[in-house]
Amino acid sequence: MSGDVCIVGIGIHPFGRTDGLSGLDQGVAAVRTALADAGIEWPDVQFAYGGSDSAGNPDTMVERLGLTGVQFINVRNGCAAGGSALFSAQMAIKSGEFEIGMAVGFDKHPRGAFNALPSEYNLPEWYGDAGYMITTQFFANKITRYMHEHGISQTSLARVANKAFRNAVHADHAWRREPVDIQTILDAPLVSDPYTKYMFCSPAEGGVALILASEKKARELGKPLIRLKAAAMRTRPPGSFEVFAPSIDIGGGKATATRIASADAFRMAGIGPEDIAVAQLQDTEAGAEIMHMAENGFCADGDQERWLAEGLTEISGKLPVNTDGGCLACGEPIGASGLRQVYENVVQLRGDGGGRQVPGNPKTAFTHVYGAPGVSAVTILER
Amino acid sequence: MQTTGHAIADGLFTDEAQPRLIGGQDLESGRIVFPCPPGDRFAPIPLSRTGTLWSYTIQRYRPKSPPYAGPEAFRPWPVGYVELPGQVIVEARLTNVDFDAITIGMPLEMILIPLDPDAAEPVWIYAFQPIGASA
Repeated sequence: MSGDVCIVGIGIHPFGRTDGLSGLDQGVAAVRTALADAGIEWPDVQFAYGGSDSAGNPDTMVERLGLTGVQFINVRNGCAAGGSALFSAQMAIKSGEFEIGMAVGFDKHPRGAFNALPSEYNLPEWYGDAGYMITTQFFANKITRYMHEHGISQTSLARVANKAFRNAVHADHAWRREPVDIQTILDAPLVSDPYTKYMFCSPAEGGVALILASEKKARELGKPLIRLKAAAMRTRPPGSFEVFAPSIDIGGGKATATRIASADAFRMAGIGPEDIAVAQLQDTEAGAEIMHMAENGFCADGDQERWLAEGLTEISGKLPVNTDGGCLACGEPIGASGLRQVYENVVQLRGDGGGRQVPGNPKTAFTHVYGAPGVSAVTILER
Repeated sequence: MQTTGHAIADGLFTDEAQPRLIGGQDLESGRIVFPCPPGDRFAPIPLSRTGTLWSYTIQRYRPKSPPYAGPEAFRPWPVGYVELPGQVIVEARLTNVDFDAITIGMPLEMILIPLDPDAAEPVWIYAFQPIGASA
């Protein structure tokens, strides 16, 4: 195939809680919106990759959309499910085998923290019995170490959460859309120190669909060319510090799946972090956004303290981060979360962001997901 | 220390007056992990009883059951990572320490504590406390 893979249609079902609507139904709603946005019909879709962690098999949505016999592959890849679906869809077009297809993700999780079992992560039963099988514990331990090493304050954590809810006010698909001031965030009950309840995202529901096409097909459709310049998915390197880790190597915690995924994505796109105009970074918790700013190469470890104090990651700042409020404001339906980031970047590159639009006509956009058990997926879009 | 009950799992810590965690040493690379994985690649190795705190948090809510097998009654507990010098950093509960007194780098030693303090036949888990501390 010559030219780039382009994103020609986007659709989202609002994130949060939608009682009475299954995760699959939310995925179907997103697909219908994306098809309309691309100006195509379901029979035009030549293939699909679908991600869902706890809302059933994505391919069963053909019953709702039409039994066209379409090739439909399910992706189950933890928090990278959406990113992996997108990566796979991109490869299918790059190979020259297909011209137009879909990446879809949806989910619907029960309320409260994720309820992981040791056997799902190749861990012994005692690890869960003793109360270690808890994602929030890991996130809090990771940021405590990072704050100690790099001089990050709890106030910076609160600034990240405060920004998320402020940005979400302008995002129709976000869940928590009421601003919360920094002092309220700091004074809220602690969940796992130093994180208060506003600093963690919650498992949620939602669906996102993206229609991808070859550049030739995208031109035929007459859509603005939003080019997928890079999509990379990577697993953990030696010495990393991941969720559900009974032990870590001494000196560990520096190398991460994120660092290698982002470095590879920048190499593929032929640009660097300084060229990015808007970024959506995994913010499962406020500290994750801070650590991921550095892991993705946007600043040095420790510089985040100044960046946040000076508002450099605000929508009006040097590098707007999580313009729709990210996971903190949208919640995290695992299968859909990574695709939401790409959805938001397409909105920004098209200039359709309304009250949350990044000024100055952004041309480049970056997404990053991270999750258990040490996986990361990165995309770079260009217009 | 434990006169009744049983360890939460076999092969996690040694059966001696001052128990030690049992890690696994990669026979090729020498790298040490905890716990010791099954199979031939890792050989069991007793780990240092003492170390320093690498990071920590406070578990402020009762974990979901399953998998958590502790008592219904819940009081927050500190949990962190302890660097055992020259070996490995292990995840462990902290005990016999005021939350406000916990600092990265503090010296710690391993002890056994009951998963449920009120159980007649306790299930013993490993934890770390400030060196010389007592309950």
